[in-house]
Amino acid sequence: MTRYTSATPDDRAEMLAAIGVESTADLFAQIPEPLRLGRPLALPAGMSEAEVYERLAALAARNADCEEQVCFLGAGMYDHYVPAIVDAITQRSEFLTPYTPYQPEISQGGLQAMFEFQTAMSELTALPVSNAGLYEGPSSVASAAYLALGASKGRRRIVVSRGVHPHSRETLATYSQGFGAEVEEVGLDGGVTDAAALARAVDGETAAVFLQSPNFLGAIEDVEALGGAAEEHGALLIVAVDPMTLGVLRPPGEQGADIALGEGQPLGNRLDFGGPSFGFFCGSEELIRKMPGRIAGETDDADGRRGFVLTLQTREQHIRREKATHNICTAQALNALAATIHLAWLGREGFRELGELLVRRTAYARERLAAAPGVELLYEAPVAREFALRLDAPVDRVLDRCAERGIAAGYPLGREYPEYEDGLLVAITERRTKAQIDDFAEVLGAAISAEMVAAS
Amino acid sequence: MMSAREREQSTRAELVETIFEKSKPGRRAAVLPPAEVPEPPLDELIPADLLRAEPPRLPEVAEPEIVRHYNRLSRRNFDLDTGFYPLGSCTMKHNPRLNERVAALPGHARLHPAQDPKRAQGALELMWLLQESLAEICGLPHVSLQPSAGSHGELAGLLLTRAFHADRGEARTKVLAPDTSHGTNPASVTMAGYEIVKVATDERGGVEMDDLRAKVDDEVACLMLTNPNTLGLFDENIAEMAALIHAVGGTLYYDGANLNAVMGQSRPGDMGFDIVHVNLHKSFSQPHGGGGPGAGPIAVSERIEPFLPRPQVVRRESGNGSGPSYDLDHERPRSIGRLRGFQGNFGVFVRSYAYILSLGADGLAEASETAVLNANYLKARLAEGRAGKYTPVAFDRHCMHEFVLSGKPMKRDLGIATLDLAKRLLDFGFHPPTVYFPLLVEEALMIEPTETETKESLDAFADAIEQILTEAETEPEKAKNAPYTTPVRRLDEVKATRKPVVRQPLG
Amino acid sequence: MADASYPDDLLYHDQHDWARLEGDEHAVFGVTWYAQDSLGEVVFYDPPEVGAAINKDSSYAEVESVKAVSDVIAPMSGEIVEVNDVLADAPEQINDDPYGEGWLVKVRLTAPGEAEALLGAEEYRKLVENG
Repeated sequence: MTRYTSATPDDRAEMLAAIGVESTADLFAQIPEPLRLGRPLALPAGMSEAEVYERLAALAARNADCEEQVCFLGAGMYDHYVPAIVDAITQRSEFLTPYTPYQPEISQGGLQAMFEFQTAMSELTALPVSNAGLYEGPSSVASAAYLALGASKGRRRIVVSRGVHPHSRETLATYSQGFGAEVEEVGLDGGVTDAAALARAVDGETAAVFLQSPNFLGAIEDVEALGGAAEEHGALLIVAVDPMTLGVLRPPGEQGADIALGEGQPLGNRLDFGGPSFGFFCGSEELIRKMPGRIAGETDDADGRRGFVLTLQTREQHIRREKATHNICTAQALNALAATIHLAWLGREGFRELGELLVRRTAYARERLAAAPGVELLYEAPVAREFALRLDAPVDRVLDRCAERGIAAGYPLGREYPEYEDGLLVAITERRTKAQIDDFAEVLGAAISAEMVAAS
Repeated sequence: MMSAREREQSTRAELVETIFEKSKPGRRAAVLPPAEVPEPPLDELIPADLLRAEPPRLPEVAEPEIVRHYNRLSRRNFDLDTGFYPLGSCTMKHNPRLNERVAALPGHARLHPAQDPKRAQGALELMWLLQESLAEICGLPHVSLQPSAGSHGELAGLLLTRAFHADRGEARTKVLAPDTSHGTNPASVTMAGYEIVKVATDERGGVEMDDLRAKVDDEVACLMLTNPNTLGLFDENIAEMAALIHAVGGTLYYDGANLNAVMGQSRPGDMGFDIVHVNLHKSFSQPHGGGGPGAGPIAVSERIEPFLPRPQVVRRESGNGSGPSYDLDHERPRSIGRLRGFQGNFGVFVRSYAYILSLGADGLAEASETAVLNANYLKARLAEGRAGKYTPVAFDRHCMHEFVLSGKPMKRDLGIATLDLAKRLLDFGFHPPTVYFPLLVEEALMIEPTETETKESLDAFADAIEQILTEAETEPEKAKNAPYTTPVRRLDEVKATRKPVVRQPLG
Repeated sequence: MADASYPDDLLYHDQHDWARLEGDEHAVFGVTWYAQDSLGEVVFYDPPEVGAAINKDSSYAEVESVKAVSDVIAPMSGEIVEVNDVLADAPEQINDDPYGEGWLVKVRLTAPGEAEALLGAEEYRKLVENG
């Protein structure tokens, strides 16, 4: 016995006798000899819990996390304050350790939690149907394209704005190698989607148009106006949104979107170096039978009690197999629960107030930073919680200098947007105080100046 | 199993209220920090037509009520920390709490994914070490941690196959998989743009080799298998199957759902597999979370490596004596590209790496050995008495980590179906096995105890089955109308599907 | 419908579908008692489009229960001239009255001679009873 198992020598003897073999080697005899490993794995021997803790702590210590550096990084994942009750509840055995609710009679906790999550996301996006979650934002975009192709009777074109997160566009390109979409990108103008270019790109062969608002650069898009092109040609309008802004920004369901989806991490989930989080996926009533993922539904039991079950399971892989709407099985249920708890904690008023706080702090930060020497706004378009700057010095060098002063200054745009090589994306959360913002403005200005001196 | 009083209490109206129904205007939990900055009206910052008129109707509840609501809700769940959960194919093994503790370390938990790799060396090293560990366990040298679940890994493997053939100027159309394969396999095949072709199973429970030989041709891109298979049986023809698919230039894909049977005993890479996905939430103890999160990293052979997703975690020797460094490599010209945002489910990697460190080489081999011992013991117990008579094993040979029974005699002779047996088990305080899968076996019950169960736990389960079947001999209606002691009884799934109600209506 | 029933005035396909000929050129199709009994309670039926061409022995629609999906096989070839819209809101008619209110489509036949290959009620009943 090494860890977590209980089979004592006596247990083993009794079990082997009951099975009718001499040793466990007899049970492994079904593996042909040449395929037996025949040696220990080339891994270290097992360690005590204390030693494992030390190892993991040592690794953690070599990461510049948000307690060590003031974090202005965003790009889809944000350093929000997650209330303590989220962990207290999601760490409960009853939520942490079961699997998917295949036996609803003993899974009412999980199923009702899904139902509440679906209700919350439907409210946020103003679309009537939500699933119980997908993996994260970018793969949800790809999954929506799969739905659109399946629903559009032969259309193969997907039009996507360059305002959509680069990871989403890249993931869409990867998945398209499989399901055969032809993806066309439409550029930005003044920080937002070029409306004329979009109108030119959409035609009668377009299955879906993808927008993001606020877009990757932080600018708020006029989804309703842009969506006209999709409507005109009978294409689905699919909008990726930052859920934390939906307390104050007009929701996609009120702007003509057929599907609203996105990265759920800001709701209730840690940064965790990028995962696990969840993707949300909401749509119109007509699309319910084409939606991917689990969906919880309300019903009654044999005695007339209210209860919840997984519904519309014939969409899913365990029944529909090769004709399923998606291949997803294990999703991100615990992360969706975390989101629901966070939203309940914020509540109707708190969620709106938080949105207002984000917008105002962001406006302040944008003004302060743009006033720093060597800094300009990349565009003037309105923003909610994130914005892009142009720097007069190499962005990577500036980031290093800011890091030395304890600040993670933001996301360099150059790799994914070569046209904005000197661009920096700055994100604001409610944890970024006025003092931190003021300090950042000073540090950023100093860093750029130092770089300009070094270069001259 | 609940007492009558507990059940009575659990059905009181307030307990079945959603959090929305507990809402009362004016209540709230969150106290937000003060703005500290100027607070102009929002429409001075953002055009009014882009603003929301009414906030979403989230509930208005204070913190004590939120906690009470979700605590009570949690008690309406059966879970692995509470009882035996022999869900075949899911590997419901114990979830160590050490793993939760290390995952919560701020250096891991509060690290932004876009942090400069120079300042995330601990995270990248952890990922690299996990990659190396999985490579050793799978017997394949190159690993990507990106996929978020087994299905995601399957899709990745099929897209890798597609890229592999495209690189050779080929475009193949078909993928072969046994009729016993998990539903995700054919679903992934369709998403990857291939046509699924089913291969039959023989009377020993392995792939029907004549059928396979007839179907392997140069239109076949890939053969998807799991070994042991979903019947819990190791297919000894694997070497020949590998030779067949490789001879026509196809790839051999391993669904890692059953890896728990062979860790440290045999390696998919040595069996001839080109691409393997590993379910970290199965063999590597990541908690199942009620339906995720998990992760589905893939291990691949040398010839598949160039196509791995981007970015890839790499280790670079410094050459100047300052030790290796770790990085995210985006320069991968033949990569299939990204499968998702950022690097993958890092929090899951932390837990699984802690598990691998805890068990080590010796512990991992002991885990698989004990998993196989436990399964065979339970199978032997269930071969006795009424279980042996009414729910015989589908294939009468030693199993590996799981086995499948058929409820066909039970249905014929006692008039109760596998579904009824499963529902009656709920009253005895057990999670039922997986039911009606694989499709090949009529009235199937797939049982996977895992290595973390005691012998007493297995005996209790076998005793419960015996008791239920004894009861069914004279009172079959008891099982047909079970369960009785759970928070709700059987639910009207027809109603839920005909007129789906998938959210709370709010006035 | 509780008890097995296979009306004599219909023709049957071995994939558990029936055809009622109406005149020389038209027929109505549906699924048999055996089909609906195997499927369980029908929750959803997605009809094909009017005007669609359907081919003998091929699937032209799907019928869903909570836990299964069944292909509906065309007993004969033709062009769909009418679909049973009632089933959108009341798919359970397929269970309750598979030969009456539960009819699926009406077609204009393109090869009426295909009726020869279909089974009579007695033959079909023997087929399902012998499994």
